[in-house]
Amino acid sequence: MTHAERAAEFLLDESRTDWHDASLWHVRGKRDAVVHGIPEWEALRQLGSDIKDNVLSNLDTYLEEFEARATAKGVTVHWARDAAEHNEIVHSILHRHRVERIVKSKSMLTEECHLNEYLEGRGIEVIDTDLGERIIQLRKEPPSHIVMPAIHLKKEEIGQLFHEQLGTDVGASDPQYLTEAARQHLREKFLAANAAITGVNFAVAETGGIVVCTNEGNADMGVHLAPVQIHCMGIEKIIPRAEHLGVFTRLLARSATGQPVTIYTSHHHRPKPGGEMHVVIVDNGRSEQLGREDFRNSLKCIRCGACMNTCPIYRRSGGHSYDHTIPGPIGSILSPGIDLKKHGDLAFASTLCGSCSDVCPVKIDIHDQLYKWRQLVSEAGHLPRSKTLPLAGAGAVLSRGGLYNFMGKAARVALRLAPRSLLYHKFNPWGETRELPEVPEESFKEWYARTKSGREQ
Amino acid sequence: MSSKSHILGRIRGNKPGPRALPTLPPDPAAGTREQWEPAFRAVLTGSKSGFITPDALSGHVAAYGPDATIVSTVPEVAGNLYLGTVTDPLQLAGVDVTVLRARLGVAENGAMWVSETEAVHRVLPFITQHLVLVVRTSDLVGTMHEAYRRIDVAETGFGVFIAGPSKTADIEQSLVIGAHGPRSLTVCLG
Ligand code: SF4
Repeated sequence: MTHAERAAEFLLDESRTDWHDASLWHVRGKRDAVVHGIPEWEALRQLGSDIKDNVLSNLDTYLEEFEARATAKGVTVHWARDAAEHNEIVHSILHRHRVERIVKSKSMLTEECHLNEYLEGRGIEVIDTDLGERIIQLRKEPPSHIVMPAIHLKKEEIGQLFHEQLGTDVGASDPQYLTEAARQHLREKFLAANAAITGVNFAVAETGGIVVCTNEGNADMGVHLAPVQIHCMGIEKIIPRAEHLGVFTRLLARSATGQPVTIYTSHHHRPKPGGEMHVVIVDNGRSEQLGREDFRNSLKCIRCGACMNTCPIYRRSGGHSYDHTIPGPIGSILSPGIDLKKHGDLAFASTLCGSCSDVCPVKIDIHDQLYKWRQLVSEAGHLPRSKTLPLAGAGAVLSRGGLYNFMGKAARVALRLAPRSLLYHKFNPWGETRELPEVPEESFKEWYARTKSGREQ
Repeated sequence: MSSKSHILGRIRGNKPGPRALPTLPPDPAAGTREQWEPAFRAVLTGSKSGFITPDALSGHVAAYGPDATIVSTVPEVAGNLYLGTVTDPLQLAGVDVTVLRARLGVAENGAMWVSETEAVHRVLPFITQHLVLVVRTSDLVGTMHEAYRRIDVAETGFGVFIAGPSKTADIEQSLVIGAHGPRSLTVCLG
């Protein structure tokens, strides 16, 4: 199935699509409001981008520095080439401690590696503790957004789910009530877990520590109660110095949810007394992306989700339509590098409006990369026929000036005379929700000539 | 070859040419020192935190009632659970109120720094039902840039910026206070 086909399924429920669109646009609005209160915002974005450029060009040395510092503080650092090795490492740590139950806080990396399924297959109970993640875990669904994993669900659906799985009152859908039920349910899990796993927002080379940002406090509840703590990070999460946290913590929450900062910004540098702390550094295709000059900037991403909230395609197609761990614009430039044939169509899930690049706190040229992926998809012969046929036609017309002029005139006449059924029929989804603009009498070219470059009317 | 050398080797082969690390510019003007306190109050009020004065601290804690389990690591107010007797963090599961000092507060976002030194047990500021943080007005700074210069994040094994009571908006974007951590945050500023 293509992105367009999955999006079409999402779009079947029109009022839900509108609701989804509005929810995300609301978050985008909150981001704007808080960002406008920071006069130096643009300079801060540039700084974030420049620091990340430096990180990419020194990734090896920063990672080594991080490992040396962390090891000196009693932290065990592991290296994983790919998802399989990551999962094996995590499992071996848990196995050594005979861990039966773990709590996990949000980590897109462990989603990417399908860690939950791997561990569950080996008899370990995995509980996602972020409320949104727990909801989708109970529904056996992947997250639809990297910051708001259950943004696609209505409170009535969550109420029904909690009624079935947690025994809340039938028909109850008040968020306060449902959150309280989840709090009680998860508190038991926190108290019973033998190990806790978290993602990593930033790893600091200079100090050998890692930083985790949450609003709920779930990462901390897990990590500080369980004797074994494991933090999983992609190689690109490293930043050079502690002072750079000032830059990135100022950018992250404002871009993500329009908050001035996350409620908790936790800095872990040593195992707790009597405990163990592990950091797993994962490549899984990232070093390959680093070698792609046109696309390496995607590794600067701090996973704020702003590009999703602003994207007109994401908002009206839903995160699941991307069929990739990271959806939205950033997912669409990361995933083709992993599997061009499978995910190449995501490069087309965009209007190239550039709104993603405008909001990105580390100034990734997302829409330019989408455009570049399109060319690679086309060169590799993976374009869907619905794209190749019209594009071949357009190519033929655009390359011949005379034909272009004639076709333009013909279209203006045809659009006026053609019966509606030509455009509005079941084989053309474009027409389902759109009206054609009124057709002008003359082309721009004709107007330009008649008015002598616009000087005479 | 170990995975470490494999990964590092690939990075070396693929990384871009050198890019200098930018020097951080001077701190942005985050208003004058006089403006920090109102800004700090406003942003924390926005995150549903409350404020009390130092005079009101013991009364505030007492108001939780005689049955409340109270932990305090500040001299201004006494608790009734002594941390010296707690060996396992699970023993803190029944704590109702915790009073800790925060070493600094950030005007632009309300974040307050609490390290392992003040918390003693890392889980304490999270597992408690209600949290009170005591901050001196003279310990306010303008922005996170200044905050990170004032503290040494690696001085202890754990440290956290706290900017409100725990919260979630994962159900239809509705704000709910008291997700997993404290149900309330009271800032004792003076
Ligand atoms: S690409 Fe930019 S906007 Fe999108 S999630 Fe990453 S940092 Fe945020």
